[in-house]
Amino acid sequence: MPSTRRTLAALGAALSLVLGACSSNDGTTASTSDGDSSSESASAPGEGSTKVGFIFVGPKDDYGYNQAAYEGSQAVAEEFGDMEVLTAENVPEDDSAVRIMQGMIDKGAKIIFATSYGHLDPARKIAEANPDVAVVQQGNFIEGDIPDNLGTYFGTVYEPVYLAGIAAGKATKSNKLGYVYAFPIPQTINNINAFQLGAQSVNPAAETYVVNTSNWCDPAKQAEATKSLLGQGVDVVTQHQDCTATVIKTAEAGGAMTVGYHADASSLAPEGWITGSEWDWDALYIDIVKTALAGDFTGSKYNENYRVGYKTGDNPFVQSEYGPMVDEETKALVEEAKARISGDGSPFAGPVTGQDGATLVADGEVPDYATIEAIAVFVQGVVGEIPKS
Amino acid sequence: MSLALEVATGAVRGGTSILFAALGETVAERAGVINLGTEGSMLCGALAAFAIGAETGSTWVGVGAAAVAGGALAALHAYLVLRRGANQLANGLVILFLGLGLTSLFGGDYVQADVALLQPWAVPGLSSIPWLGDIFFDQDPLTYLSYLAVPVCWWVLFRSRWGLLVRGAGERVEVLDTYGHPASLVQFAAVVVGGMLAGLGGAQLSVAYTGAWFENMTQGRGFIAVAVVIFASRQPFRVAAGAYLFGAALALSPALQARGVAINQFALDAIPYAVTLVVLVAFGRRQAAEAPEGLRKVFEISAGP
Repeated sequence: MPSTRRTLAALGAALSLVLGACSSNDGTTASTSDGDSSSESASAPGEGSTKVGFIFVGPKDDYGYNQAAYEGSQAVAEEFGDMEVLTAENVPEDDSAVRIMQGMIDKGAKIIFATSYGHLDPARKIAEANPDVAVVQQGNFIEGDIPDNLGTYFGTVYEPVYLAGIAAGKATKSNKLGYVYAFPIPQTINNINAFQLGAQSVNPAAETYVVNTSNWCDPAKQAEATKSLLGQGVDVVTQHQDCTATVIKTAEAGGAMTVGYHADASSLAPEGWITGSEWDWDALYIDIVKTALAGDFTGSKYNENYRVGYKTGDNPFVQSEYGPMVDEETKALVEEAKARISGDGSPFAGPVTGQDGATLVADGEVPDYATIEAIAVFVQGVVGEIPKS
Repeated sequence: MSLALEVATGAVRGGTSILFAALGETVAERAGVINLGTEGSMLCGALAAFAIGAETGSTWVGVGAAAVAGGALAALHAYLVLRRGANQLANGLVILFLGLGLTSLFGGDYVQADVALLQPWAVPGLSSIPWLGDIFFDQDPLTYLSYLAVPVCWWVLFRSRWGLLVRGAGERVEVLDTYGHPASLVQFAAVVVGGMLAGLGGAQLSVAYTGAWFENMTQGRGFIAVAVVIFASRQPFRVAAGAYLFGAALALSPALQARGVAINQFALDAIPYAVTLVVLVAFGRRQAAEAPEGLRKVFEISAGP
């Protein structure tokens, strides 16, 4: 996840700086932003590349966001047998990301995946300096003009979260759901809203209580946040965190139910697991690489802010397995909603009302992905306020 | 549960890891050695408890390993500072980053390890006392251990012959040496014991409080512990009060939010440090006078010419 985190990341950056410096000494001169490199290569961005580079903001084994992205990169390696896949973990969201990506390009990579929200600015710099390299960024949104060799992509995370909200709304007995989140970024706000909308679509009395931890992975804060929610009578807990075990274990120990995020953690909650959402990037990564290799990147759907959801194709954010306590009626309701979203519906189909009573989506309106991503307030039924920074 | 009760309970639960680490730092500082690597010892303890607990199937063996791991990292600090003449403050930071790096390196395999957690256990009788029972006597076993550690630390430091040696070493090494006591050995032992306590704090965090291991999971609590020690003038009972105060600051935010009250998390997170600053400003001179003489030298030296 977009993560401001970790001294370790800084250490990693320092290390890769050193390594980067070494490698550019023994190699040829790096292409820089003066960029007359475009004259030597008339090829389309990424065309015929023999290497692909991936950068991750965290460790590849975090059992969450970064691990999912790493597994996607390995699927690319498997699909394209003679392709070399370069990966870098713990890449901070600043100019050291530029150097690391440039290092990959100097080694011959002409397709780059920058997989964290905060990697967009470095990705843009890299794209501008290397017109023959296709650069795609995961999860952020480019405002204004988009260069011919840059794009963003993401799943519509809130779709499976909405479905999980339906299951949670059916499962709750206290009609109080809890959401432990890190920061009020647009993606998280969408998730919280979708969760509440899903729950109230089958249970009008359901409310979602929210607590933020201001940290993507501080297990002690997660434990305290979960206990506070349970203290208010919440009996279903979900989350948007990088490391997910503590919230689930604390909820399970407190006799509450769990909706997962990022990974299938049903083994941590044998009693209380309802369902969840998790990443499966393989198909999308492979298709992006294919498009770029063929020289078709510019002007393709990946050369824009590409959002894939149930409506437009295979959403890489998929629903996790159900727990044993989920009944057939709930599963049928979820299937019905999924069919509706895949057709002409949306989790945010109007009417959607904000916490303050204002109309966010008018009755009968079905907003597109960009409109939904721009919603920056909680919907009615969410208990708690978005912190002002 | 009322807000006050919830925050108080959370303060003890969340303050215990800080309390262990701060008690450890108290022992070390009483012997005249500052260990800013406390956070590193906590991380080593958190991982050791989780990993060894998972490997052996016994969480208590893991807790023992946590003390050993925390003590081992502190022993490196003691060796470099006492035997090789390294600067205490700079070396402490090196030790912290070493602990962070080592635990990140070896911890990856244990993120999803399966450990039997130390669950809260209500003490029969005591837990039914109104208020106090809920706050203090429905907690995990390591929290109960910390209740013992506080008076034991106090007694050892201020009522035992060992404590006299430790404090003597902290005040003036030469005096101990003159009387034939190996001062640097006493200091070495104090720093290692400090690291062991910090390791126990890390264990409480991983196998009791959060049930998880994740790299850098202490998130600065080792530094809060060092702040508590300064704040509490190296007195064990005051250290306990300080650790719980800081624990309360951490527990207040989610308790308020779950009640729908918006607060600024960053401001709340800054409270422990702000309180420390206020205490230093208000009582700084008196505190400096109370500090072991050996410690004052550290700061004089590091203040430079």
